Amino acid sequence: MYGNDFSAPNGTPDEAPGGLLGEVEAAEAELRAAAARGRRGGPAPDEDLAAYFAEVVDAEQKIEPRDWMPDAYRRTLIRQIAQHAHSEIIGMQPEGNWISRAPSLKRKAILLAKVQDEAGHGLYLYAAAETLGISRDELVQLLLDGRQKYSSIFNYPTLSWADVGAIGWLVDGAAIVNQVPLCRCSYGPYARAMIRVCKEESFHQRQGYEILHTLAHGTPAQQAMAQDAVDRWWYPSLAMFGPPDGDSTHSAQSMAWKIKRFSNDDLRQRFVDMCVQQAEILGLRIPDADLRWNDERQAYDYTQPDYDELMQVISGDGPCNRERMAHRRAAHADGTWVREAAAAYAAKRAGQKETVAA
Amino acid sequence: MNGPFDFTLALADDALVAAQRLAEWTTRAPEMEEDIALANIALDQLGAARLLLSYAGELEGAGRDEDALAYLRDDREFRNALVVELPNDDFAVTMAKLFFLAAYQLPLYTALAGCADERLAAIGAKARKESAYHLDHGALWVKRLGDGTEESHRRMQAAVDKVWPYTHELFAADPAAPVDPATLRPAFDEVVVPVLAEATLTQPDSAWAPAGGRAGVHTEHLAYLLAEMQVLHRAHPGAKW
Repeated sequence: MYGNDFSAPNGTPDEAPGGLLGEVEAAEAELRAAAARGRRGGPAPDEDLAAYFAEVVDAEQKIEPRDWMPDAYRRTLIRQIAQHAHSEIIGMQPEGNWISRAPSLKRKAILLAKVQDEAGHGLYLYAAAETLGISRDELVQLLLDGRQKYSSIFNYPTLSWADVGAIGWLVDGAAIVNQVPLCRCSYGPYARAMIRVCKEESFHQRQGYEILHTLAHGTPAQQAMAQDAVDRWWYPSLAMFGPPDGDSTHSAQSMAWKIKRFSNDDLRQRFVDMCVQQAEILGLRIPDADLRWNDERQAYDYTQPDYDELMQVISGDGPCNRERMAHRRAAHADGTWVREAAAAYAAKRAGQKETVAA
Repeated sequence: MNGPFDFTLALADDALVAAQRLAEWTTRAPEMEEDIALANIALDQLGAARLLLSYAGELEGAGRDEDALAYLRDDREFRNALVVELPNDDFAVTMAKLFFLAAYQLPLYTALAGCADERLAAIGAKARKESAYHLDHGALWVKRLGDGTEESHRRMQAAVDKVWPYTHELFAADPAAPVDPATLRPAFDEVVVPVLAEATLTQPDSAWAPAGGRAGVHTEHLAYLLAEMQVLHRAHPGAKW
């Protein structure tokens, strides 16, 4: 799960989990169709590489790792995919916080599996970034050094069990709205990774929704817990779509390259429209007194998130930025001797094999 | 121990407490792949615990389901062996616990798969496949750490020295049980001794054999583990989750 709130990226929405998955499946079919069409072969020896690249992108074909691509396209993708991967890895922390206290064994198993899925997404995305000529170790170091970001949403604390539900419903929901269009990204390995990630994320979103539904129909204390979680996570979730379009620095170029396909504000609107109906079914209140249907726009009017707060969190001063980074750095540092041992053992084994072979 | 209820509960509690400890590694493992592997093993243990607890509840016949047994018993009512409740400590201690536990659970579940109780046999048949993977994973790390660097060797030997005494409790004789744990010791030694040797580790010869878990007399660590695990469930009596 991740958002658009660090710098560049992407996005589309999701009405209900069903409609969402439909879009992912459509993207998958499109990907297969593009592969079946085939490209017109490589560029001719004297052909302008930039023109060939543009032609492939315009024809909705995929750029693959061995293709020539503009440096800026490569850099943009590396940054975006790495930030997405970092977000998966850091995003394990807020929910991981409740594994030990999950209120039933079934919920504990579901949550543990979910956090494990996020680690899997992280690895999958690092592998996609590696196709662009950078190593996972380098990317991890950029994260640890604070030179690459992760989604700001994970700098908010999980204070109650209901937060696990709210993260699933709202944060995973916003992530899916953002990510579904990425299934159609012009860079093949990223598009393929996103198809797989989106399918699992929609499953997670449903689980979160179900947690909230159970709480909202439970005891008064459980209902209050659920409402409190939605009150705290609503605006940070809206902020996941990034700054308003007028202030978004990378959007236009990413749109032209078909990395990004919808504007931040379009995606945010889609998310709001999707959530209103779901909140009604949940029996929970979206904390926005100005939320109302606009017949002319055929969309809900809503209150914007506090973008000053978003900038503050991005710049490092959110409630948990320091803890999240300290936790990741400590895990990395504490594991050093283990990784060194594994490398030494593998080297000894390789040496033994060579001796036997000789 | 007394009858199939106690036996089933003991196995369930081993698996449940092991799962709770392993899950503590989530977001903290030395490698991202290991984070996933430890979560996998925790999920296996949790899955086995749930099957065993549900069955124990049926055997008891007092209307307690898996959650009532997991969340509403105090430490003196838990029947797990002490080894699973020991703190994770460093990665070497965690791997020693994982390896020894798997080397016990694999022959246990294998024997269970052939026992007369159909329910237990089905659980054993499922769990033994998982235990075989846990054993491979634990053995590989014991070898890597034992025969890795100087530091990892020192830590792995210290971990084996620390955990080894607690393994004896796992094999305390109980001839009336569906599987008598004492009969599992040869299979355990057969697996453990060669791995320790290959890992260039020394098998401890301490005679100290702490026990008490099967009778509900635990280390100081279990009550803290349970306090954390049970806090939310107990704060909302009767609530559904």
